[in-house]
Amino acid sequence: MKAAVIVFPGSNCDRDCKVAVERSTGAQVEMVWHGDTALPAGLDLIVLPGGFSYGDYLRCGAMAALSPVMTEVKAAAERGVATVGICNGFQVLCEAGLLPGALLQNERLKYVCKPVALEVTNAQTRFTSGYGGRREVTMTVGNGEGNYFADEATLERLEGEGQVVFRYRDNPNGSARDIAGIVNAGGNVLGMMPHPDRAFEAELGSADGAILFQSALASA
Amino acid sequence: MKAKVHVFLKPGVLDVQGKAVEQALHGLGWSGVEGVRVGKTIEFDLAAADRAAAEAEVKAMCDKLLANTVIESYRVELA
Repeated sequence: MKAAVIVFPGSNCDRDCKVAVERSTGAQVEMVWHGDTALPAGLDLIVLPGGFSYGDYLRCGAMAALSPVMTEVKAAAERGVATVGICNGFQVLCEAGLLPGALLQNERLKYVCKPVALEVTNAQTRFTSGYGGRREVTMTVGNGEGNYFADEATLERLEGEGQVVFRYRDNPNGSARDIAGIVNAGGNVLGMMPHPDRAFEAELGSADGAILFQSALASA
Repeated sequence: MKAKVHVFLKPGVLDVQGKAVEQALHGLGWSGVEGVRVGKTIEFDLAAADRAAAEAEVKAMCDKLLANTVIESYRVELA
């Protein structure tokens, strides 16, 4: 099993993601610089980490989405490689057009950092199959712009197609329809604001994030 | 040529910053203020053959990078 974590200038959860994936799954994890024009061969999982890529200048994730490596990430995602964007990584996936919608500033204008209860809205995805019958998991959010927005037609489509994967039990940022995470139509690209990489061992308060990485790699 | 690009959240997209500024203005006694939107202006010099070429180029820049048309609209000024 092989995974890659993309490192943008300003990423700050890149090493957390590497450790989280390694310890949860035993996969070999390579760090890939945003300026690279090739991905390692034979990847089963790509992770876009949290942080403040390019200082969040212009819009969160906007410049990272145009990084050279993103051409390769898009191509891999189109080939069906499991791709997870966490927090800033979710913003990058939206800016790159790999996921619909966008992340706005939090409704109450505050950076929110705390563990949150999430409903597993769709446990049939390749990222959530490991949760089995569990309907609720806990992970930590840490964002100032995590307020998911999409127009009504897009939201209806996401709901109808089972693309809403996680929902907040108690919405911390004003996200439309309490959405915390979505997948693309192909089901292989997941974007989520909560951090599975901060919830992969009981010592961190929750090990629920480990199951997500295990599911993603088990399905590869 | 000088270009100015004004980017604002689309009508209907919640502008929390605008809302906070509006409340602050109300707090200062300007009770007649409503519909505050906070946007950004990006200005730059552009080498272009003529106005039409500049317009086309700036539009391409907006669609590719300067604005996210899922949530934002933009207006271009050339001088």
